[in-house]
Amino acid sequence: MAVLRSSVDTTGEVYLTNRKAQLSAIAALNEQLELARGGGGVKYAQRHRARGRLLARERIELLVDRDSPLLELSALAAWGSDFAVGASIVTCIGVVSGVECVLIAHDPTVRGGAMNPYTLRKTLRALEIARRNRLPVINLVESGGADLPTQSELFVFAGKIFHDLTELSAMGVTTIALVFGNSTAGGAYVPGMCDYAVLVDSQAKVFLGGPPLVKMATGEDADDEQLGGADMHSRVSGVADHFAVDEVDCIRIGREIVEQIRWRKLGPAPSLPADEPRYDSDELLGIVSADFRVPFDPREVLARVVDGSRFSEYKRRYGTSLVTGWASVHGYPVGVLANERGVLFSEEAKKASEFILLANQSDTPLIFLQNTTGYMVGTQYEQGGIIKDGAKMINAVTNSTVPHITINLAASFGAGNYGMSGRAYDPRFMFAWANAKLAVMGAQQLAGVMSIVGKQSAQAAGREFDSAADDARRQQIEAQIERESHAFFVTARLYDDGVIDPRDTRSVLGMALSAAHSGPVAGRRGFGVFRM
Amino acid sequence: MTIRKLLIANRGEIAGRIIRTARAMDIGTVAVFSDPDADMPFVRAADEAIRLPGATPAETYLRGDAVIAAARRTGADAVHPGYGFLSENADFARACAEAGLTFVGPTPEAIEAMGSKIAAKRLMAAAGVPVLPGAVFDAADEPDPAKLRAAAAEIGFPVLVKAAFGGGGRGMRIIHDAEEIVAAVAEARREAAAAFGDGTVFLERFVAAPRHIEVQIVGDKAGTVVHLFERECSIQRRYQKIIEEAPSPVVGEELRAELCRAAVAAGKAIGYVGAGTVEFVLDASGSFYFLEVNTRLQVEHPVTELITGIDLVKVQLQVAAGKALPPTVTGASFSGHAIEARLYAEDAAAGFLPTSGELHTFEIDPAPGLRVDAGFASHTAISTFYDSMLAKVIGYGPTREDAQQVLAGALSRARLHGVLTNRDLLVGILREPEFQAGAIDTGYLDRHPAAQLCAAPDELTIQTHVLAAALAEHAARRRDSPVLATLPSGWRNNPSSTQTATFELAGTRIEVSYRIDRDGLTARVGGTELSGLVLHAATPTEVDIEIAGSRRQIAVTRLGNMSYVDSPGGHSTLSEVDRFPDPTASAQAGSLLAPMPGTVVRIAVAVGDHVDAGAPILAIEAMKMEHTIHAPARGVVAELSASIGAQVASGSVLAVLDEEEPHE
Repeated sequence: MAVLRSSVDTTGEVYLTNRKAQLSAIAALNEQLELARGGGGVKYAQRHRARGRLLARERIELLVDRDSPLLELSALAAWGSDFAVGASIVTCIGVVSGVECVLIAHDPTVRGGAMNPYTLRKTLRALEIARRNRLPVINLVESGGADLPTQSELFVFAGKIFHDLTELSAMGVTTIALVFGNSTAGGAYVPGMCDYAVLVDSQAKVFLGGPPLVKMATGEDADDEQLGGADMHSRVSGVADHFAVDEVDCIRIGREIVEQIRWRKLGPAPSLPADEPRYDSDELLGIVSADFRVPFDPREVLARVVDGSRFSEYKRRYGTSLVTGWASVHGYPVGVLANERGVLFSEEAKKASEFILLANQSDTPLIFLQNTTGYMVGTQYEQGGIIKDGAKMINAVTNSTVPHITINLAASFGAGNYGMSGRAYDPRFMFAWANAKLAVMGAQQLAGVMSIVGKQSAQAAGREFDSAADDARRQQIEAQIERESHAFFVTARLYDDGVIDPRDTRSVLGMALSAAHSGPVAGRRGFGVFRM
Repeated sequence: MTIRKLLIANRGEIAGRIIRTARAMDIGTVAVFSDPDADMPFVRAADEAIRLPGATPAETYLRGDAVIAAARRTGADAVHPGYGFLSENADFARACAEAGLTFVGPTPEAIEAMGSKIAAKRLMAAAGVPVLPGAVFDAADEPDPAKLRAAAAEIGFPVLVKAAFGGGGRGMRIIHDAEEIVAAVAEARREAAAAFGDGTVFLERFVAAPRHIEVQIVGDKAGTVVHLFERECSIQRRYQKIIEEAPSPVVGEELRAELCRAAVAAGKAIGYVGAGTVEFVLDASGSFYFLEVNTRLQVEHPVTELITGIDLVKVQLQVAAGKALPPTVTGASFSGHAIEARLYAEDAAAGFLPTSGELHTFEIDPAPGLRVDAGFASHTAISTFYDSMLAKVIGYGPTREDAQQVLAGALSRARLHGVLTNRDLLVGILREPEFQAGAIDTGYLDRHPAAQLCAAPDELTIQTHVLAAALAEHAARRRDSPVLATLPSGWRNNPSSTQTATFELAGTRIEVSYRIDRDGLTARVGGTELSGLVLHAATPTEVDIEIAGSRRQIAVTRLGNMSYVDSPGGHSTLSEVDRFPDPTASAQAGSLLAPMPGTVVRIAVAVGDHVDAGAPILAIEAMKMEHTIHAPARGVVAELSASIGAQVASGSVLAVLDEEEPHE
């Protein structure tokens, strides 16, 4: 297979400027990640530890196989909201006893692990990832329940958690609850709905109603242990399948359960050489400009991401602002679609549609590397049927059944976001580089459009156009859109699965692909490849 | 007469050693082996092997009749007794002759003459060989205290009390004044009687700071007796040699001539045939006295072989076949220096206690000038029935220093896993200045306690070893990972902690934590951050790592939770502490509950009884089935709530056990 040759000048000014901008975006990301890791802060972490308990991430680290990689999901959920960054829960894909699992761990240091609307969305996204990719789920439970002041945004859809857990079970996907603490009211259904439940002695509290509620409801005096302790549930109610003497024991049992289910992945194992790219991933930082309007060659990115920098390009000379071709990542064959110059024309749309059909013919997962400002506009293009061609591409993307993994490298605007397998098109995973932007269009462009529309509307109404007010509004809108297209803003709302350091792209893709191969990998059949 | 098939009535390294020479001489070989030795290398090395049922030496290698029967069965025409066991048993030598087998060794008469140290001494004194003043007390007659005191006084203090038969230092005592003599003799008698079946003891002048010098002699049936120069075996522990060399660093031309002349005279006095050794004690003034004649091949014969180029086993076989000593032997000369170290499975620091178990790895890299006579190989078991010598490692070179360096280097780099050995002690001695200066005597190890000589690896080496063990395990886990094996080790997109492992090194727990990311390796061992780390490569068996600017290759051998780490800096045996200890025992300790409703039908204990884990406490009958409740741990029965015939409900407390800490 052809090997990509890089022509990046790593000493040039452009490269160094780009690198500086990327490093500053990464520094901002790391700052937020640190906040997320901090959970409820030092004081609450200390208090939690003083009670002899492990922190959420410590539980996860002990649960996963040593030295195995771990992909945290939605780490910056709730960023910029009233709730703590990370949304009081940790979700990730980790390897437990040799099996990739979705791990969902409440962070009890953040308001007792209470669930807010972001927590819910993050949990549901993790469960969706488990369902789409056929990954066993392990819940590490210790939550005080719902954040009651936000119950109106929570209550209805929180039921989906139990729905999804039992649906997973019906699909034959193992679900496990390791209960380290409170798991009350609705939370009690988590161990209730899981295939396996392990309760920690003197810590787990699993009941529908606690002592005060029981007293209110029936007048009965009961204590926590009687109502929902590990001892009671393992001897009397049978809610607990295993009684764990402590947290470490609970994690040990959890690992043993995963070992015993003898999980088999249904997708093919990596089949190609998984050698490192020939170029240093560190150089990714100098390739992409801080300004998304400056185009870059995505082959330079691929040369630092795919196995051995090998890339077999498809239709190189046609529809050249979209690069398509075959490669492999950590041994998994993939088809790649990557924007080269932002805009998608009819040729690019048709090329993409054909390529997606080909990937489905050969059951090859697809990677979308987004850097798109949308489909081309203008008389020539409208008359050329850009709508029909864009529709072909969106049709192909929608109905493609091979796993899609999407990464926003720099820009994801307009219908380009859809055509390039954006969130609404259900990619198995979607990530964004720290400096990437996502919105209906660029901030300047959007503000400009609003301004033109305002002028036209003033004209039509015969009003005098106040250009000073327009300028102010324009600036305000530009600032708003700039803020809303920021990667953190996007990820905070669960529009993707996380913001990543560009240098981690290969590892993130490797983990995502491997997860996707836990289920069957099969393309859509039933029609021939339309030559477009 | 020709020897066509040789039975080796011995085991371990010496059996292998004899087989090698026999093979080179086109002689067939028959091994005999006890049950614990069934998988030993010498059994497979021989052309044929005959089982001697049983385990103890008395049941096996000391059974002359069984050995002779084995020889008959296999058609062997000669028997080589090696050393120890039947090698100095005149009756056996005689029985061989009666069975028509050639006994490779001296005549039964010579063996007998030298078997009694007292008789031997008398004989040697008569032949003009210098002997130490002494007195003998027969097993039969109990000496009166006055006589004992008088004899001791005549010999002159300090006096050595010694068993007449046997060796190995058993029954030996040094007496400094007349008051101690009576008790010492009585004790020595008891020990000698128990160990050798003969309570005869003798007193002898004790030589302070003596050196043990011995001369190799060989004789043929035509009456020729020649010497093959001396060996020095002064480095001893518990009266057993552990380092031997040839020539002696203190024996000059003149002394050598005197020693060798005396040795040949001793040999001639008993009509010695075959290979033997005349042992002397050399005092600080250069005077030497006869100790005894060993009528067999010595353990330390290789040092003589290396400096003379003569195969002593070959000479033994030639002489046994009736041939005259060849000119290479009668005109022997020597060049260079050889040092032998006996590698034992023992805990030198803990008083040389023998160790046993599975020897997982036994690897000594070949090197120019190095000879290894090993009885063991990797994956062999060391039983407690026999001497715990694993191998003799011999270094040879033009000078004593060369030999010492070859040997110390080979030993220090050897990979010996699974059983504690005296390797560190041997290396410590070889590198110790007094030894290197040749200033040695039999009290050497009293002046240099083993614990001092066994240099512990320095702090940085230990840290390096612990880290290497963790990294080798990490590499194994990555290699064996069924998924994501090609991803970077421990990769995180949001790193919250490091990887950790806890090892136990000689009873101390050491925690290691590490992270490998795009900036490379960072690690802490025992709370100390290691600086200047560069991990060049880590495989499950080899770690190539730079620490503080120095790059090292560290070999790691893992077996279960054990990691054996070898590097030029030393060796560490680490056991990994389980991250998930099984709490079952402690979880169930205390109250013993009825697993189901039933009737108590039997109670096996009473309150206050000490019980071991697994001991039956009581039995319940339910649904016509009897269920025994066992003690989940060692402890004391604190409470018995049930009585025979009582109906118990499921979950009711039957007994309470106070758990005891397990004994260390």
